[in-house]
Amino acid sequence: MKRLPPRTFALLLAAAWIAAGLIGLAVGGSRLGPADVLAALGGEGSESARAIVWSLRLPRVALGFLVGGVLAVAGAALQALVRNPLADPYLLGLSGGSGLGAVIAIAVGLESAWALPAAAFVGALVAIAVVYRLALVAGSALDSRILLLAGVVVGAFAGALVSGILAVADATGVRSAMLWLMGGLGGVGWAGVAALAAYSAPALAVLAREARSLNLLALGEEPARYLGADVGRSKRRVYVAASLLTAAAVASSGIIGFVGLAVPHAIRILRGHDHRGLLPSAFVLGGAFLVLADAVARTVVAPIELPVGVITALVGVPLFAVLLRRSARRAVS
Amino acid sequence: MSAVEGSVAIGARAGAPVFALEDATVRYPGAPAASLERASFRVAAGECVALVGPNGAGKTTALRALLGLAPLVSGRAEVLGRSSAAWVRDALAREVGVVAQREEPVFPITVLEAVEMGRYAHVGPWRGLDARDRDAVARAMARADVTDLADRWVETLSGGEWQRVRVARALAQEPRALVLDEPTASLDLRHEMQLFELVVDLVRRDGLAVLFVSHHLNVAARFADRLIVVAGGRLVADAAPAQVLEAGRMSDVFGWPVAVQRLDDGSIQLYPERQPRSSILGEPSR
Repeated sequence: MKRLPPRTFALLLAAAWIAAGLIGLAVGGSRLGPADVLAALGGEGSESARAIVWSLRLPRVALGFLVGGVLAVAGAALQALVRNPLADPYLLGLSGGSGLGAVIAIAVGLESAWALPAAAFVGALVAIAVVYRLALVAGSALDSRILLLAGVVVGAFAGALVSGILAVADATGVRSAMLWLMGGLGGVGWAGVAALAAYSAPALAVLAREARSLNLLALGEEPARYLGADVGRSKRRVYVAASLLTAAAVASSGIIGFVGLAVPHAIRILRGHDHRGLLPSAFVLGGAFLVLADAVARTVVAPIELPVGVITALVGVPLFAVLLRRSARRAVS
Repeated sequence: MSAVEGSVAIGARAGAPVFALEDATVRYPGAPAASLERASFRVAAGECVALVGPNGAGKTTALRALLGLAPLVSGRAEVLGRSSAAWVRDALAREVGVVAQREEPVFPITVLEAVEMGRYAHVGPWRGLDARDRDAVARAMARADVTDLADRWVETLSGGEWQRVRVARALAQEPRALVLDEPTASLDLRHEMQLFELVVDLVRRDGLAVLFVSHHLNVAARFADRLIVVAGGRLVADAAPAQVLEAGRMSDVFGWPVAVQRLDDGSIQLYPERQPRSSILGEPSR
């Protein structure tokens, strides 16, 4: 395994980010050329192109960058915390818990872009607490395989509760909630982007501060302690920050799986495991990945728009299989 | 390595032993009996002390009590005169380096990255390693003879190399004491001797205090200034190896007959005796 030099890697990331952004702005119902996009961004070109870019596609691309970024950062941090490259917000039940919290909020009439993330955050915190408790009952919360199993169970349970709530809720609420739960970046607008940015910023700052502790935690809790990490405090901070990131992402764009799994893995291979570089890289690449996936989802069976989660799953599940195989091989050797 | 006779750590008492257990009793929640009962011993700067005894005797528990990680029911555990439980982890990591029994990194890292983690307690959350940190890392790697391994992936190292890397990481903490829990458990003869020669050199030349746990009584007797024997959670002996390794006592402690022999260099070596199969079907007499 050979890593890229940090500077080369940073340039590649920047290029991927810009390319994804331009593609996201260009493709869709009416296709624009790169020149049209740049012209519209600069306030030139036709009025219709400017309207499409500025009020439809730009918020969508911005949302994609943010949602993909925070999901990837949450995944990278959780992987170090539970010492398992298979961890991500979706598999640990955080996404399911967030979805349940948000659906309950919708059911009782709290639908604002600012209230939903708060409700989803509560859902995510409850979910991770239950996952942890379940893992403790099953043996040890330090065994990441048990933790992931508990996460999948809690995620499935939250999904069942969501179905139940939607079945008894009134019809219009159900329709909007169903569309939102399928996961998608459309129809959110600048208010949603602003809410997501505001909720994510403190969580991202906390994780940046804990990046060095994450390096130690990846060695195991005991060595981490001996090297000077306050393990209990770091774990609480990372769980809460990852929950908040997941909740904010789910509240704005529904449940999108596997971004937090695929993106950190790619960076771990290309750049290494130092979380001081890994977390910001995951943010950039996660954003680019989701914006590209969204561009594919919008065009592959146009005029029908696929939920973007379909695309991320098509990439993420085969990767999960590869990782699973590798970790199984490591376990027997 | 560390300024042993220089500045005294914040909160530490001048002249206090590096490690001290006083009448310490440890009982884990839910455990039927105490894992350590009324244990007292001290380790001073420049001393190399070994904890020996049968499996489950309480050796690791004693280490964990000293490091503030085992629940003390009564008595005291202190590092540099300050209660172990009162130390903040990063302050303790600047005084004591630990090579724990087991450690398996899940993500591939290089030897240099691993040793640099030893600087965690010296570096603030927003700062990278500066020249002083890099210097400490380079010296630690040279001291543990792992400089040539800097770019290797840790999972490609042999057991002996990995242990030396972990000692280097502990030295990068610039501690005044080292704690090692069975550091040579899976090493062959040459690597075991190499590691202990390094450890003893750190004691003699750098004045570090060393406390280690070992199952290898003869190696412990060769390298330690003092042997502390633990059995059934109690301290049985605490003296120079030649006084501790006495055939009757060690046969009792391990539940197996042993003989001792004095080598030319004055050290005592211990030999387990053969026992016919028929006589061990019952519990050995204690």
